[in-house]
Amino acid sequence: MRDNSELIHFIFGRLTWAAIPFHVPILVYTFIVVAILGIALLATITWMGKWGYLWREWFTSVDHKKIGIMYMVLGIVMMLRGFSDAIMMRLQQAMAFGGSTGYLPPEHYDQIFTAHGVIMIFFVAMPMVVGLMNVVMPLQIGARDVAFPFLNNFSFWMTVAGAILVMLSLFVGEFARTGWLAYPPLSGIAYSPDAGVDYYIWSLQIAGVGTLLSGVNMVVTIIKMRAPGMTLMKMPIFTWTALCTNVLIVAAFPVLTAVLVLLSLDRYVGTDFFTNDFGGNPMMYVNLIWIWGHPEVYILILPLFGVFSEVVSTFCGKKLFGYASMVYATVVITILSYLVWLHHFFTMGSGASVNSFFGITTMIISIPTGAKMFNWLFTMYRGRINFDVPMLWTMGFMFTFVIGGMTGVLLAVPPADFELHNSLFLVAHFHNVIIGGVLFGLFAGINYWFPKSIGFRLDAFWGKVSFWFWLSGFWFAFMPLYILGLMGVTRRLSHFDDPSLQIWFQIAAFGAALIFLGILAFLVQIYVSIRNRDSLRDHTGDIWGGRTLEWSTSSPPPDYNFAFTPLVHELDAWADMKQRGYQRPEQGFLPIHMPKNTGAGVILAFLAMVCGFAMIWHIWWMAAASFIGLIAAAIVHTFNYNRDFHIPAAEVARIEDARSRLLAQQA
Amino acid sequence: MTQATDAMNAPPAQGFYLTEEHHPENGTMLGFWIYLMSDCLLFAVLFAMYGVLGGNYAAGPGPKDLFELPTVLLNTSMLLLSSITYGFAMLEMARQRKGATLLWLAITGCFGVAFVTLELTEFAHFIHEGAGPQRSAFLSSFFTLVGTHGLHVTFGIIWLVTLMVQVTQRGLSPENMRRLSCLSLFWHFLDVVWIGVFTFVYLMGVLR
Repeated sequence: MRDNSELIHFIFGRLTWAAIPFHVPILVYTFIVVAILGIALLATITWMGKWGYLWREWFTSVDHKKIGIMYMVLGIVMMLRGFSDAIMMRLQQAMAFGGSTGYLPPEHYDQIFTAHGVIMIFFVAMPMVVGLMNVVMPLQIGARDVAFPFLNNFSFWMTVAGAILVMLSLFVGEFARTGWLAYPPLSGIAYSPDAGVDYYIWSLQIAGVGTLLSGVNMVVTIIKMRAPGMTLMKMPIFTWTALCTNVLIVAAFPVLTAVLVLLSLDRYVGTDFFTNDFGGNPMMYVNLIWIWGHPEVYILILPLFGVFSEVVSTFCGKKLFGYASMVYATVVITILSYLVWLHHFFTMGSGASVNSFFGITTMIISIPTGAKMFNWLFTMYRGRINFDVPMLWTMGFMFTFVIGGMTGVLLAVPPADFELHNSLFLVAHFHNVIIGGVLFGLFAGINYWFPKSIGFRLDAFWGKVSFWFWLSGFWFAFMPLYILGLMGVTRRLSHFDDPSLQIWFQIAAFGAALIFLGILAFLVQIYVSIRNRDSLRDHTGDIWGGRTLEWSTSSPPPDYNFAFTPLVHELDAWADMKQRGYQRPEQGFLPIHMPKNTGAGVILAFLAMVCGFAMIWHIWWMAAASFIGLIAAAIVHTFNYNRDFHIPAAEVARIEDARSRLLAQQA
Repeated sequence: MTQATDAMNAPPAQGFYLTEEHHPENGTMLGFWIYLMSDCLLFAVLFAMYGVLGGNYAAGPGPKDLFELPTVLLNTSMLLLSSITYGFAMLEMARQRKGATLLWLAITGCFGVAFVTLELTEFAHFIHEGAGPQRSAFLSSFFTLVGTHGLHVTFGIIWLVTLMVQVTQRGLSPENMRRLSCLSLFWHFLDVVWIGVFTFVYLMGVLR
C-alpha cells in the first residue's frame, strides 16, 4: 500500500483529486460552461473539416499578418476571462457590507484580483499590442515580413502556452493569492505553499520568453528592413513607437525573467534571496520587479500613442502636427521610464532624498506626454475631422487619459503618495490610464486596421454603441474609486464595515455593467460585420484615405505584402506617392523570396507548456522529459535548412491581375 | 499563362526597389547581438543581487573560508583559452578550411567541458562542507550567479556539438558560417561575463 502511494506520488507529483475544485460551485459551473463551449467549438471545426486548413494556413503560418491576427484573437478571448474576474470583484464589493460577506470567500477573491491583473496585463494588453505591431509595422515600413518569421510564430505560441497555464489554474489547483506582482515573503514557500504562485511563475516565464524574442525580432525588423529611402525620421509614427516599445521589451523583460527565476529558486531549491531570515532581502524583489514593471507600463502605452497619432492625422486629413517632437517625446519617455520605478513604493522606507529624485523624474514624464497631447490637438485644429469610430475612440482617449495623467502626477508627489498608497485612488488611476489609454487605443487600432488585415470594415453603428458604453461605463466604474480612495479605502478588500461607502461601490458595479454592454456590443460588431461583409468590403485597399505605406497595397495584403518594394522619398510615403500621381505597377513582376511555414513553433511551445505544468505540480520525471524534449526538438529544428521558397513571378502576376480587375470594376 | 509571361517580359515599373534580397538572413547577427544584450541584463540582475546580498553570511562561511583561488585561476584559464581556440576556429572558417575549423571547435569544446567540470567539482565541495545555496543569502546569490554562467557554458557546449555535426554534414555553407559567428559572439560574451565573475565574486570576495 505504501509503495503504491509512493508510486502515485512519483507519477503525479503533488497533483491529486483534491486539486480539482469540485467543492466550489462557481468553478464547477464555469467549467461546465467552458467545457460545453469548447466542445462545441472543436466539434464545429471538426464538422466543417477545418483542422487541416487551420493548421496549414494559421497555426504553422510564419506570415506576420496572420500571426498578428492570432495574437488579437488570443487577446480578445483572454479579455473575456479578465473581465469576468473584474465584474465578479465589482459585484462582491457592492454586496459585502456589514453583516453580508458577499458571495466570494476571501481566498477565492484573492485569486480573482491576482488573476485579473495578470491576465489583463500579460494576456490581454500584451498580446493585443504585439499583435497590432505584427500586423501593421512590417506593412508600414514596406517589408515582406519580419526579420525572423519562424521566431515570430514561436513567440506567439509561447504566449498561448502561458495563457493556457493561467486558464488551467482555474480548474486544476488554484492561482496565486498574492496580487499581480507576487511580492515575497507572501509569495514565498512559507506563506504560499500551494501551486498558485507556481502557476504565476511558469505562465509568466513561458509567455515572457515569447515576448522577449518578439521584441528582438521587431527591433531588427525596423532597423534592417525598412524600404529604401525610409530614413529613421521618415518612419511612420506608429513604427517609431513600436521601435521604442520593443527596445523597452528587450531591456526590461530579462529583469522579469531573472527575478522570477530567483523567486522560483526560493520556492523550489530553498535559497534565501527574498526570505526574512538567512540574510534574504524581500525589498530586492520589489525593486527588481518594478525595474521591469514600470517600463512595462510604457511598453503597453507607447504603441497606442502611435495608433492615436496615425488615426488623428488620417481622420483629420492632415499630416501629423509636430512629427519630430512626437518622435523625441517618445524617445524621452522610453529613457525616463527606467528612472521612475521607485515611485511604486515611496512608502517602503527609501528616505526623503531618494523619494524626491524619483518623484521629480516621474513628474518630468508628464512633459513629453503633454507635448504629445498638444500635438494631437493641433493636428485636429483646422482639420476636417471625420468622426468615424477610430476617431471617437481617440477623442474618448484624450478626454479620459488626461485625467489619468493628472492623477498620476498627483501620486508622484511623495507626501501625497503616503496618503494614497495602496488605496482605491491608485486603482482608479492605473485603470484610468490603462483603459483610457491602452484599451481605447486598441479599439481605435482594431477599427482602423481591421479593413486592412481582413478586407472589410467593421460595422460603424455597433462600433459607436460599444464606444459609448465603454466610455460611460469607464467613468461610472472608476470615478467612485477615486472618491473612495481619497476617503482612505484600501485596495484588495473583499469586505467592508462602513455602510456609508456602499453606494459608491454600487455605482462602480453599475459602471462595470455598462462596460459589459460595451464588450458585448464589440462582439456584436464583429458578428454583424462578418455577416454583412459583402456590403462592408473594401476593394481599394485605402479605405480611410491613409497616409502610410500599409494603405498602398490591397486589403487584405497578399502574402508577399508588396509586389514591388516601394521607394520612399517623404514622411507619409503613401500620401506623397498619391500626390505625385502614383500608378500601380501591372507588369514586370519578379519572383518573391518567402519563408516557409513550420510546425516547430507549436511543438516547442507545447513542450514548454508541459514542462511548466510538470514543474508546477512537482512531477519531476515529466519536467525532465519535456525539457530534454524541448532542447532536442529545438536542435532537430536547426537541422532543417530548407526554410524558404520563391513565389513565382507568374503567381505574383496572377494575384496582381486579379486586383487590377477588381479595381477596374470599382472604377 | 501567356498573359503572365508577357507581363514578366515587360520592363519593370519605375519608382520601386527591384533588387530582391535574401532578407531574413541579413539581420541575424544584429538580432543575436540584441539578444546577448538582453542576456547581459539578466546577468546584471544577478550581479546586483550578489552586490546587495553578497555580504549576508547569516553566520555561515564567507568567501575567505570557501574560495580557493588556485582552482579558480585554473578554471579561468580554461575559459580564456577556449575563447582563443574559438577565435582560431573562426579564422580557419574564414579560410574555408573545414577540417581545421572542426578541430579547433573540438578543442574549444574540451576546454568548455573542463571549465564546467571544475566548476561542478567546486560546487560539490562547497555543498559537502555545508555551504550549499540554502545556507545564506550570500551563498544563494553566489551559486545562482556562477551557476547561471555555468549553465550558459553548458548550453554553449551543446550548441557547439550541434554545429560540429552540421558543419560535418553540410560544410562551411553561408548558413553554418552565420551560426558559427553567432556561437562565437555567445562564447566570447560568456568570457566577458566570467571576467566580471572572477573579479567581482572571487578576487574581491577574498579581499573583503
